[in-house]
Amino acid sequence: MSTVADGDRVAELAQKVVAEHDPKQVPVAEFLGACYDAGLSWVHFPEGLGGLGASRGLQAVADTILQGAGGPVPLGLNPMGYGMAAPTVREHAHSDDIKKFFLRPLATTEDIWCQLFSEPGAGSDLAGLATSAVRDGSGDGDWIINGQKVWTSLAHKARWGLLLARTDPDAPKHKGLTYFVLDMHAPGVETRPLRQMTGQAEFNEVYITDARIPDIHRLGGVGDGWRVAMTTLMNERSALGASGSRRGGGAISDAVQLWASRPDRHTPVLRDRLTGLWLRAEAQRLTSERSRAAATTTGGPGPEGSIGKMVGAELNQKIYEFCMDLLGPEGLLYHSYSMYGQNAGTGDWRGPVQQRYLRSRANTIEGGTSEVMRNILGERVLGLPGDLRADAGMPWKEVPRG
Amino acid sequence: MAEELADQPIGVAEFAFSAEQQQLRTAVRKFCADNNAEATVRRLMESPVRFDRAVWRRLGSELGVLGMSVPEADGGVGGSLVDQAVAVEEFGAALACGPLFGTVYLAIPALVAAPAGPARDELLAALVEGDRTAAFAVPDSAGVFLPESLTVTAGGSGADVTLTGTVNQVVDGDAADAILFAANGSEGLGLYLVDPAASGVQRTPLVTLDLTRPQATVVLDSAPARRIAGGEDADRVINHALQVGAALLAVEQVGAAQHLLDLSVEYAKSRLQFGRQIGSFQAIKHKLADMLVDLEHARSTAYHAVWALTYGTDDPALAASIAQATCSAAFSRIAADSIQVLGGIGFTWEHQAHLYFKRAATDAALLGSAEQHRSRVADLVLDNAVGHSGAVPVATGRP
Repeated sequence: MSTVADGDRVAELAQKVVAEHDPKQVPVAEFLGACYDAGLSWVHFPEGLGGLGASRGLQAVADTILQGAGGPVPLGLNPMGYGMAAPTVREHAHSDDIKKFFLRPLATTEDIWCQLFSEPGAGSDLAGLATSAVRDGSGDGDWIINGQKVWTSLAHKARWGLLLARTDPDAPKHKGLTYFVLDMHAPGVETRPLRQMTGQAEFNEVYITDARIPDIHRLGGVGDGWRVAMTTLMNERSALGASGSRRGGGAISDAVQLWASRPDRHTPVLRDRLTGLWLRAEAQRLTSERSRAAATTTGGPGPEGSIGKMVGAELNQKIYEFCMDLLGPEGLLYHSYSMYGQNAGTGDWRGPVQQRYLRSRANTIEGGTSEVMRNILGERVLGLPGDLRADAGMPWKEVPRG
Repeated sequence: MAEELADQPIGVAEFAFSAEQQQLRTAVRKFCADNNAEATVRRLMESPVRFDRAVWRRLGSELGVLGMSVPEADGGVGGSLVDQAVAVEEFGAALACGPLFGTVYLAIPALVAAPAGPARDELLAALVEGDRTAAFAVPDSAGVFLPESLTVTAGGSGADVTLTGTVNQVVDGDAADAILFAANGSEGLGLYLVDPAASGVQRTPLVTLDLTRPQATVVLDSAPARRIAGGEDADRVINHALQVGAALLAVEQVGAAQHLLDLSVEYAKSRLQFGRQIGSFQAIKHKLADMLVDLEHARSTAYHAVWALTYGTDDPALAASIAQATCSAAFSRIAADSIQVLGGIGFTWEHQAHLYFKRAATDAALLGSAEQHRSRVADLVLDNAVGHSGAVPVATGRP
């Protein structure tokens, strides 16, 4: 439960940081380092680890001041770092020393993070993954990693990777997993770009051959990787779901802008379609606001995060489908399918509307497919029974794969 | 209960419900469980008067939940519209019997907004106490007053004014102790109060799709009337009442939809087919997940409208239309999908699903359909949007 006094303290600290480290003057790393040292990176984290032990809802108080003064949105600079790694490291790393070692360079964005979860053979059924981690020697040696990961964004820039690997192939699939932090610069870690339907390569494949991880870079217990991964995924979904709180902001603004700038292509049917999309976006925006209000009192990401991810993904697709239908034959043109430097002309990493249209197909797959999200809403929020599983209780190595 | 609510700070953050409001929710829920169980609803909906006057009076005088946002000076408890909305959500969940629509959603907000005067003051106090009930016979299009479609005219003036004309489908008009009419006359536009028991008033109860929300046709033939508001005042009072009514109706839709979702989820957990709970099938589970999303969206828009009307956090006309467009569609879909999840039992007279399905259809049509409100949103949002060329880059086929 937050109090007015907590809010005042957060605001005071943020104003102090802004006054002493003007974000318009100092380098990003210095500014974000000052935020970390003041406990404003994640106000709900403990003191000394980039937080103040305050209520999660008060983050907005800090962010409003820090970003209002021209500070960066750190989630945009180090998305996996801020969105997923920070909460997982904070909760599961062995010691405060290790937590500090990882968290401060993460916060300053000097160390970019990536996530090594999905594999060619393990997508929605993530717990079926095959990358192995085997202890070197008799008990206290390094872990030796072998396997292939896929859909890893920022792997080519990342210093650290959140790795989920199998330590016990004889256990049922959820029980034999362990969670590690992999040094992306370690020998045996090879990153290759993975080209996608837009022509670009936002993601990578990561091939891991006999790479070593010291045991102190394990997060959580051996065999406890699934539970640790849930921390990451809940935060990923709430991070992906919590965007744009200004009315008409986000993807819907593309559609409304395009609509307003192309009166020659207006039809009543398109107008009605766009209104339906606008209403859905607005209802979701208000729902995110409501969940933020609830987070102030209850802490932790709630089911609303899963709603936001699912609704946002499907809405994005419908919005860009609308844009294409509005454009008509003009939508059939593209800027370039060359793999690099496509966005030079637009000044926006999302590229022109046609690229956004193609890119949106991934929204209902990445970070949990819409089908998985509906299962989560059904099972975790509504309490419905799980589906029957063909691999229940079976040792992982006996589960059919393909 | 009501007294505790009166002392809350003004202007609390959007969507932040106070501990007192949670207590209010619990109290109303318990009252409805004790006095408005399904068997009671079924008995009353087939009775000549569709509610229990004694229970209604207790809602007003004992719980104080009929006029929660009425200022203390007017006999209310001086709470906020948020308080009223919390109570209405629970009424919706229980399909509470009584003239909520006519009295609580429309007549009371109209009277609160109207200038003080003996007729207004006396009626408002009686409505808040639950001693009398009211209906609001004013034509609207999608929740906006339509003076050009008035079917009632005022004759005479001052104390001798009378009304003549017919209004069809007056919700809660069958048993109301007072009916508010809008009429044009020599004094211009006015909002008038008519006692239905007076000479010159004839009302015909109608058989309604939703038996829990009665309607009547009211024919006035030089019926004596008292003016509550005139001219621009009348226009303002009526539109305010319609906006508050739209927001409270949206909240009612949320309460009823939540009840249906709870019912459907319970059924999906207990009903076995093919040796499994049907809720374990993704076809059912995903339908219920979609219902949950629609419900949460509806709740957000409904309370946003309530907050906008209470604290001015948004344009009330736009917020009310967003809420009505969203909540009417959500409740209708949730009601239809609930029957699908329930299967055969959900189509029977014996099961309560049809009561809510009929309420969904009724609420969707009252104070403007989802489509009408969507059209209003388009007028307010899209038609004023300004496009900056190049704001959204469009590829031209040239790298």
